[in-house]
Amino acid sequence: MELTRDEESALKGEQGETMQMAYRILVATGEATDAEKLIPIEWAHLSGVNYNTIGDAGEELLSSVSKDARVTVKTTLNPMGFDIDNVSNYKLDENFISKQLSIKNSYETMGVIPSFSCIPYEIFDIPKNGTQVAFAESNAAIHANSYDNLKTNKESAFSALASAIVGKSPYSSLRKEDTPNITIRMKVKNPNELTYGMLGFYAGKLGDTSVNISGLGEMDQRQSKAMCGGMGTSGTCAKFIFGEGDSNTEKIDFDEKEMQNVHDELNTAEKGDLITLGSPQLGLDEISDLTAKLKGRSFQKRCMVFLPRTVKEQAQKIGYITELERAGCEILADCCTCLTPLISKDDVDAVTTNSIKGAFYLKNSNGVDVNLKSLKQIVEDETR
Amino acid sequence: MNKILVSGKVEGIVLKSNDPINFLGTVDKKTGIISDKKHPLFGKAIKDIILVFPSGVGSSVGAYTIYSIKSNNAAPLAMICKKADLTVATGCALANIPLITISDEEFLSIKNGIKMSLDTDSSTLSVHQ
Repeated sequence: MELTRDEESALKGEQGETMQMAYRILVATGEATDAEKLIPIEWAHLSGVNYNTIGDAGEELLSSVSKDARVTVKTTLNPMGFDIDNVSNYKLDENFISKQLSIKNSYETMGVIPSFSCIPYEIFDIPKNGTQVAFAESNAAIHANSYDNLKTNKESAFSALASAIVGKSPYSSLRKEDTPNITIRMKVKNPNELTYGMLGFYAGKLGDTSVNISGLGEMDQRQSKAMCGGMGTSGTCAKFIFGEGDSNTEKIDFDEKEMQNVHDELNTAEKGDLITLGSPQLGLDEISDLTAKLKGRSFQKRCMVFLPRTVKEQAQKIGYITELERAGCEILADCCTCLTPLISKDDVDAVTTNSIKGAFYLKNSNGVDVNLKSLKQIVEDETR
Repeated sequence: MNKILVSGKVEGIVLKSNDPINFLGTVDKKTGIISDKKHPLFGKAIKDIILVFPSGVGSSVGAYTIYSIKSNNAAPLAMICKKADLTVATGCALANIPLITISDEEFLSIKNGIKMSLDTDSSTLSVHQ
């Protein structure tokens, strides 16, 4: 990898220890991915926020780095473990809360925007076409590449943080060009968001860095997010290119049979003890739609609704939150179904959700069973 | 030597594994001892040795583990792999542990327990007789 004189100097430590570490991470990442150089980025989105995933090692690292590290580009942040407004309603110990607040504090000290959201593409303005960014959250990286005309690799928590500090990323893989060797043909009729989530999950298993995808009809935001979330869960792939691809690509059908296989892999329960909506977190359109669907109805069991704080505030002003709470929803800002510490297998056997990403982590990380249903079905079955 | 991911200069005894290492869950971060009973290096300490293995596997959170092992003074002097994976690359970068990749032939030629020196500035990796 070619470095400029200034970059060489930073790597040697002539611009301080923090810069040196950040450059070490970018160079190691760049060499591992065969990058030729570093290029400027305009926006970094960081993962590695939830104490449930990064633990003491992560908390200590951030506490130490934040003493002198400052981000130099717009930097946003993934969800953390809880919503401080209602954390006392959940069984989280003091240690968890204080370590999580320390992580929050470290990021804020570094100048990161405390967005605590996995849908930065929905709550921030999108830069102009072709802008290089560094997104560590997988669904956000896939959405940015596929729908927002931005360019990013599927960054790690560390490469994104280093990019935020340095303002550059290794120029490799999806940042350059991409020609998928696989085309997935959507063959399932009458798809809902669950179908698209499973399609994404299937595509993520087959694709290396990107896939062509054809046969998609008109999709709403919920369905697009579900597809990105599904893909981010199952592999390293980080981009959908919409179309058939050329004649050299291998064509693979996603049909009822393949969909059933994905369903059987992730659906392990006939019913759930509680419901979660949001992984990725719900945006304002989805909250508006959910409010409409719940008009005059109430959940018969707990239903956790995850959303970014900015969306919660907007929804509050419009009156959606009052209405959702009336219908029995627990409204949770700043956190998400994915890797939540708020659901424990000690008191929950199974969770009903319409999220493939949520299902994967509930099963593999929380160790609870999952009952998959579309939102429409959830409202039909679980409310009165 | 194929690639230099994290530079440095060290000298030490080789601990070699022919199996990949998942740092999250396989290595005790306090002691640097391989704690996974199924791993061929079970019970061995990776502290202050040159760790030679094909590549890292598993969750990227393993990079934090590498950083912790280093913070607890239980880290290897250097790591040498056949393939550069992002977890080990970023973990070594965070912890400032020299990391290089080598060819299959070089990997085969390195024996467990030998003394080696590594200097990335001059791109040399040599065995002490």
